[in-house]
Amino acid sequence: MSSPEQWTHPEPGVGPAATAATPTAEQVIAGLRATSEGGPELVQLLTPEGERVPDSRWDPYVADITAEDLRGLYRDMVLTRRVDREANALQRQGQLGIWVPLLGQEAAQVGAGRALKPQDMVFPSYREHGVAWCRDVHPTELLGIFRGTDHGSWDPLAKRFHLYTIVIGNQVLNAAGYAMGQRFEGKVGDDDGEATMVFFGDGATSQGDVHEGFVWASVYDAPLVFFCQNNQWAISEPTERQSRLPLYQRARGYGFPGVRVDGNDVLASLAVSRWALDECRHGNGPVLIEAFTYRMDAHTTTDDPTRYRLADELEAWKLKDPIERVRVNLVRHENADHAFFDEVQAEADQLAAELREFCVNMPDPPKERMFAHVYEDGNPVLAAQRDAYLAYASGFEGGGH
Amino acid sequence: MPDFKVFPLPDTAEGLVDAEILTWHIKPGDEVTVNQIIVEIETAKAAVELPCPWAGVVTELHAQPGETVNVGAPIVTIDVDPGGAAAPAATAPAPAAAAEQNGQAMLVGYGPKAATTKRRPRKAASAPAAATATVPVAPPPSNAAPSNATPSAAPPVAATPVVPDTPAELLALVPLAKPPVRKLAKELGVDLRSLVGTGEGGVITREDVQRASAPEPVSALAPGPVGSRERRVPVRGVRKMTAQAMVDSAFTAPHVTEFLTVDVTPMMEFRAKLRSHPEFRDVKVTPLTFAAKAVCLAVRRTPDVNAAWAGEEIVFKDYVHLGIAAATPRGLVVPKIRDADAMSLRELAVALEALTATARDGRTPPGDMVGGTFTITNVGVFGVDTGTPIINPGESAILALGAIRDMPWVVDGELAVRKVCQLALSFDHRVIDGQQGSQFLADVGALLADPAMAIAY
Repeated sequence: MSSPEQWTHPEPGVGPAATAATPTAEQVIAGLRATSEGGPELVQLLTPEGERVPDSRWDPYVADITAEDLRGLYRDMVLTRRVDREANALQRQGQLGIWVPLLGQEAAQVGAGRALKPQDMVFPSYREHGVAWCRDVHPTELLGIFRGTDHGSWDPLAKRFHLYTIVIGNQVLNAAGYAMGQRFEGKVGDDDGEATMVFFGDGATSQGDVHEGFVWASVYDAPLVFFCQNNQWAISEPTERQSRLPLYQRARGYGFPGVRVDGNDVLASLAVSRWALDECRHGNGPVLIEAFTYRMDAHTTTDDPTRYRLADELEAWKLKDPIERVRVNLVRHENADHAFFDEVQAEADQLAAELREFCVNMPDPPKERMFAHVYEDGNPVLAAQRDAYLAYASGFEGGGH
Repeated sequence: MPDFKVFPLPDTAEGLVDAEILTWHIKPGDEVTVNQIIVEIETAKAAVELPCPWAGVVTELHAQPGETVNVGAPIVTIDVDPGGAAAPAATAPAPAAAAEQNGQAMLVGYGPKAATTKRRPRKAASAPAAATATVPVAPPPSNAAPSNATPSAAPPVAATPVVPDTPAELLALVPLAKPPVRKLAKELGVDLRSLVGTGEGGVITREDVQRASAPEPVSALAPGPVGSRERRVPVRGVRKMTAQAMVDSAFTAPHVTEFLTVDVTPMMEFRAKLRSHPEFRDVKVTPLTFAAKAVCLAVRRTPDVNAAWAGEEIVFKDYVHLGIAAATPRGLVVPKIRDADAMSLRELAVALEALTATARDGRTPPGDMVGGTFTITNVGVFGVDTGTPIINPGESAILALGAIRDMPWVVDGELAVRKVCQLALSFDHRVIDGQQGSQFLADVGALLADPAMAIAY
């Protein structure tokens, strides 16, 4: 079991494992089947071809969505994607230490983000740029995290959007606790009730923290929506290494409902999220949503997905692009014209330029910053460390890094 | 006027030090736009396409495909204002200087590489450190109002001062090797900085370390350019200790070495007999075990070899702390068997086995390596006949045990094939005269030649 190629293989020595660069034909077929089909339970309101499919259970939740709203969702997704691509480029140009791309997951995030009400609370992982956008967190406020100058510069309580959590799955516990508090304080039970939504990925479902969050939220009926974006890959591990059954079915074991939604369908994501949040704010939580989607770029800018997955998988998912299907639908029903698309494009370019401008001009934080805000009243050991470091750093010419 | 900007190679993953240029998608003279893919590079982690940070005209490519470039080194110069109006001469720096000045302040990569500087200069000792400590690092640019700025109207991005220091270079000095390889190198006393990695991307492999730790083959190369064919390993650790001890000993104690060739056939027969003896069933009795026992017995008759020179006086010891020279991955160590003279053959065998195993694992505690009275070095395990060993400092004699070979030997006036072994004894002539030394060596030889002689001792 010493070779990494064998670590994930059930029977060592039998053949290349799922992570191997040269999978067997069976593995390729199994992989494609696992990632390109959501199964019969998949909630889908907008097909990849842009067809609106009627659904008696879910239609009521998006009945109020006008053409104007759909254009809004389209704009959200385009701007989110543009921000994502620009930040990715900024990393490649040395302006960010790392970036976590969301390419392909715009619909899942925008659908969920637009389903939230102002009083709801959100706990993101580190890929939720689309949700941040919906919570009015300006994309420039995300940059410090990835430039390594701060941990996020928005007020989590004011925006009702917690800071990004880098530790995998940890935010599920935070969210469970927060949602339990909402319940204890009597903030659930009617249409104006509060709910909490927590975002995590398919890889996080293998974390103990997520299991614990499921258990606590379940037994205390916490108003918590578990929003799992199953993007098929936990870095290099496929979902078949996370679960032997569809992830949404795990909810049953904890005693609450689970739904699998097409994560590339913004309408379906919106409908299911609205239903789930409504359930929670009326005291019927928690709920698990598995948004079946695909990470079209790398796990982070440090990752190289070509080493563990095949290009045809990506090509198959490109046909299910979340933005394209909305665009097709808008065009087909003549709900948007060229001017609209051009306008959104111009707005995206403007936003990207703003992001770039902000990023390259970000000041370096003062050296003593990393020692600040650790203790409320300071600490003599830390103060000594800070002074020693400042004295050391000042011994170099040129300042800066 | 032309405004040249230099794009330094960024660190596209976390902590990369260099990358190889795979292909350029542009050539000098080409117009480029922001985020246009201009080059493909291969890092230790991935093949990555780099988007252009500025719009403009490509002035110069600084690296060719196939070339490995350090992070922070310039790869392309772009004129971001090729058609601009001429600026007043007073404020127009020379193009070269402009390129230097306009190097974008990098988050990772730390700007263009300074020509030859290997490390960031420290300030002069007299520099008022306290004063500089309070200087803000980089004041926010006054024009940092991103919402109403557009790329075309953007001021030069080099708002923060360019820092021509090169921590990337420092990083490059830290050799690339995986943790197990680092551990191995530490154990073998190999300095990774002295190695050139043969692994992918210059990563130092296990083989590199093992090759470096192996004794260098004697080569008959004609004198010529050396450079990369020589390597320098700093003297440290066990090597340093050994060198110090050997010099101390060789230049303070007048060494005399005597040799004796012995027919050890009876010893080997006795050894075979012991193997089937129930008491020795689970222990390994080796020629070294017999030599250890023989030394302990012979010391009784010649206590001088177990004494030590202490300047004004000679210290005779009524105990034998027997040192066994052991070649370990870390180098030569000489752990001791305490009170070896009080041990039976079996106890000696057990002690030797434990001691060599501990030494080979590199776990010999420092306390086990001091206070010896006599040392045996078993050069025979390397297939060597004999040698002139150097006395361990603080002792007066050392016995080298050579390889046991089948040799022609005269037995009862006739030629026979016998197991023959050479012994060499080096002793400190300040303490031991030729007579005592010879007596001792003869005694050890006699005991190895005929273990039954032990009864006489």
